[in-house]
Amino acid sequence: MDTGDTAWVLVSSALVLFMTPGLALFYGGMVRAKNVLGTLMHSVFAMGLITILWVLVGYTLAFGSDTGGLIGGLDFLGFHNVGNEAHPAGLGATIPHSLFATYQMMFAIITPALITGAFAERIKFSGYVAFMSAWLLFVYAPVAHWVFHPDGWLFKLGALDFAGGTVVHINAGIAALAVVLVVGKRRGFGKEPMVPHNLTMTILGTGILWFGWFGFNAGSALGANGLAASAFLATNLGAAAGAVGWALTESRKDRKATTLGVASGAVAGLVAITPAAGFVGPLGAIAIGLSGGIVCSWAVGLKFKLGYDDSLDVVGVHLAGGIVGSLLLGVFSTVAVNELGTDGLLAGGGMALMGKQIVAVLATLAFSFVVTMGIAKAVEATIGLRVTQEDEIVGIDLSQHSEVGYSLSETSGSFAARPEAPPAPATTGARVVVTEGGGA
Amino acid sequence: MKLVVAVIKPFKLDEVKDALEAVGIRGLTVSDARGFGRQKGHTEVYRGAEYQVDFVPKTRLEVAVDDDHVDEVVKAIVTGARTDSIGDGKVWVIPAEQIVRIRTGEKGGDAI
Repeated sequence: MDTGDTAWVLVSSALVLFMTPGLALFYGGMVRAKNVLGTLMHSVFAMGLITILWVLVGYTLAFGSDTGGLIGGLDFLGFHNVGNEAHPAGLGATIPHSLFATYQMMFAIITPALITGAFAERIKFSGYVAFMSAWLLFVYAPVAHWVFHPDGWLFKLGALDFAGGTVVHINAGIAALAVVLVVGKRRGFGKEPMVPHNLTMTILGTGILWFGWFGFNAGSALGANGLAASAFLATNLGAAAGAVGWALTESRKDRKATTLGVASGAVAGLVAITPAAGFVGPLGAIAIGLSGGIVCSWAVGLKFKLGYDDSLDVVGVHLAGGIVGSLLLGVFSTVAVNELGTDGLLAGGGMALMGKQIVAVLATLAFSFVVTMGIAKAVEATIGLRVTQEDEIVGIDLSQHSEVGYSLSETSGSFAARPEAPPAPATTGARVVVTEGGGA
Repeated sequence: MKLVVAVIKPFKLDEVKDALEAVGIRGLTVSDARGFGRQKGHTEVYRGAEYQVDFVPKTRLEVAVDDDHVDEVVKAIVTGARTDSIGDGKVWVIPAEQIVRIRTGEKGGDAI
């Protein structure tokens, strides 16, 4: 055990957890006002739901003893044998196993939460819970095993993914496409304006994501060392170049740079640098971030051309950005940064790494798309995934949660007591009139 | 008695208020409004997708006045709200049959 390594991964775990409320704000600002709480809920509730599922079964399926390179065994069910000693396969050899498992929990929380931006503004809460639970166990856990476990088939193939370009971003991005193909478009998509209701919230969320991403990428070094420092710098460069790349593109195309464009570009750059953060130098990081910003600013327009409704551009940002980063790793990767990595094209390694990266990208795309579509159809056929037309018009805040995000004026009505509630005791001063059977 | 109603550009509200105070007006009701006239709306762009916004933000104000003061009140609003560019708004005057000050019960001209 190394106390410095342990301290850094503890802090990184908290940083990665903090990304999820950041994501909630990032997404929440982009929806219409009537859907703000439901959208925040899609991220925030994942912190509750996924945490528990991860400890019970998710973790062991991802990081338990290997079965055929495809999935983990059941040896860590309920975090059994997950204690102070390191993971038996040497994952995070200098930190407690319980810390490695908790750090990975934070990735498992944010990855399905990323998908929720695609089906925002039209999803039933119960359907969301069922979809997220199934997706964690049947899609996230196996893909994490393939890529991150030393016996996983993509790990053994030699495909590189430092912090989750395939496992997190391509996986969530292609799942987003599959699920919106099942759920369908929002009423009025492509006809009515569906403009963000509060971009100040989105900018705050962007800042929190950027901040938390240091834990995501530099924490993936699993130690307090030079590799962590290098990944930290690459992360900042990726975000910076992504923001600049998107702003440059739109100021040429649409004549103006927008705050949403800069925020989206920063996230696109962060997505693109994620698989590469611990394998490329500073100039490689700038090139990857810039490419992420430029490619994603183009990719967000695909939904209008191809006719799928990815509400908040999970496909355009996470799928496109994840592919950009995973493939450019084959160009910019160098063992000068990480001796456990592989030289890419520019470092004289030829096209071998690029070939492996292509295999990893295609395998993730195919598996995640097919299984996610199966899950979405199964949930749609049983619990139901989409709200009724009336509920969609009212908004998911009121229809799914009986709340509104913004009560800006005095409301009229009366206190509606539940029938079983005891009558309020008569006290002097405060008087509550309880209407039998509910008044409003 | 008349009710003078105006729809103006929001940023001209302070100048209109000052102009009305200068002609002795001591009460004014203001509300946020949206609308379009010859100005039409504007374009907003989010992630490259352009949206035509038909209704632009405006400020609506209402002033109750004696018949004798109508012309100077209208003139004050027009002077305060004018920018000489499209979208400056409109003023109209409608008859007010009765006005009551709620606190005292005063009616008509005394309630203004």
